[in-house]
Amino acid sequence: MNTLSKILVPVASVLIFLLLWEGLVWINDWPKYKMAAPSDLPAAFWKFRWLFLEMGWQTLWRTVVGLVLAVLLGGGLGMIMGLSQMIRSALYPLLVGFNAIPKATLVPVIALIFIGEHDFNTVLMAVMISFFPIAVSVSIGLSTLEPEYRDILRALGASRFTIFRKIALPKTLPEFFGALKVSVTLAFIGTNLVEIVSPHGRGLGALFDSGKTNGDYPLMFAVLIALAILGIFLYYVVVSLERIFAGWAERPQS
Amino acid sequence: MNLIETKGVHHAYKTPMGPLPVLAGLDMAIPESSFCAVVGPSGCGKSTLTRLIAGLLIPDEGEVWLDGELVKSPRKTVGMAFQNPVLLEWRNILENVILPLEIVAPGMPRKQRVDRAMELLEMVGLKGFENKRPSELSGGMRQRASLCRSIVHKPRVLIMDEPFGALDAFTREDLWQTMRELRAAEPFTGVLITHDLRESVYLGDQVVVLSDRPACTQYVLDVDLPDKRPLDILYTPEVGDMLHDLRNQISIAQNRGEVA
Repeated sequence: MNTLSKILVPVASVLIFLLLWEGLVWINDWPKYKMAAPSDLPAAFWKFRWLFLEMGWQTLWRTVVGLVLAVLLGGGLGMIMGLSQMIRSALYPLLVGFNAIPKATLVPVIALIFIGEHDFNTVLMAVMISFFPIAVSVSIGLSTLEPEYRDILRALGASRFTIFRKIALPKTLPEFFGALKVSVTLAFIGTNLVEIVSPHGRGLGALFDSGKTNGDYPLMFAVLIALAILGIFLYYVVVSLERIFAGWAERPQS
Repeated sequence: MNLIETKGVHHAYKTPMGPLPVLAGLDMAIPESSFCAVVGPSGCGKSTLTRLIAGLLIPDEGEVWLDGELVKSPRKTVGMAFQNPVLLEWRNILENVILPLEIVAPGMPRKQRVDRAMELLEMVGLKGFENKRPSELSGGMRQRASLCRSIVHKPRVLIMDEPFGALDAFTREDLWQTMRELRAAEPFTGVLITHDLRESVYLGDQVVVLSDRPACTQYVLDVDLPDKRPLDILYTPEVGDMLHDLRNQISIAQNRGEVA
């Protein structure tokens, strides 16, 4: 695909999606309190433009901070699990069990432990929900390293750390970025969970909640679209980082 | 003087069913700057042997001597090449070849590293490909680059575990010739594990036949051929006799008796 069609194709698919949505609402003749149509959204965005900017920023920075911490936590866990089979068998059941817990049930728990710490709680939830894929993929990437890769340096007397830095770490980067793409969207779910559920919350989730309280359906749908836009934005930030650091893994298509 | 010597080497792998002996009384002597090809039935412990010489494994019993020293751990004077070229996809060909120098000679100036790598790449016919990614090269070219990497730090010993095993027949013959050219230009002593008897005779100064597992040295053939070996030397009666001899020994190793 050339550059022009790389931009035009996704734009066209978004437009078609909006048309179908508009058509669905129009054919069924749904009133605004049942479902908002895309044509209702610009007015909602405009009316609450300053709130959108402020709340969008709140959601964005907390998600990004959560994601960065999830990378550190997940990457660290993945490394020690990838390098030691004993730690791997010790931690896996705990991690899988923790990941299976619906995170919504944890909102009241952390809200009670850290009362009033809204920023902290939001970031914490983003971390808890998004570190798991990173930990798993990094540990798998490290533990499945073919022994020959290790031997080419080990035969020269290289230390474990050198082998890790020169071979294992770069070789795991494609798996890491694959997981990070999943974690980006998970982190948004985490921040919004806390924003929506906790009373007097901030961020887009809180804006959604106030839309619900006031029966303002266009506002609620506008928030969902704003979240989708932020999600797409962060996703492509990860994609460009991947191009820079793991672009070598992309094979030219023939 | 023998650069590599193994004396009564015994080694067993631990398995859930108890120890599995793979080497039992292996004796080898490889003179300096010679080339030793090792053949034997599948699964007879040939790869274990390479890991023992490289110091990646320590034998349960017996001794491995390298350059007058008892081998207890890996050393910088060894180079290794495998059937899988194991090139690092995130480095181009030049940087792949340079990799061992980063470990062995961390203080070496960049220009000197590049010059050394380019010298070898030119010798194996990869000049002009130094900035390519490994995935852009054919299997034979990747293996050439892998060979350059295994000798870039001027090792005393080059240990090869079926480096040509995955290549097609004609590419393999090209690589044999490249290998002989490298040997003429570089000072290493070679140990080659192979399944290909023609390869063992064409490249080797001696061919060691290992018995079935647990392996010991069953037979040693001295390859009395000139250093300059055109490919058609393989079709002389002299080489034919050697190949026949080796084939017989393999059959014995497989417990199938002599070929009629």
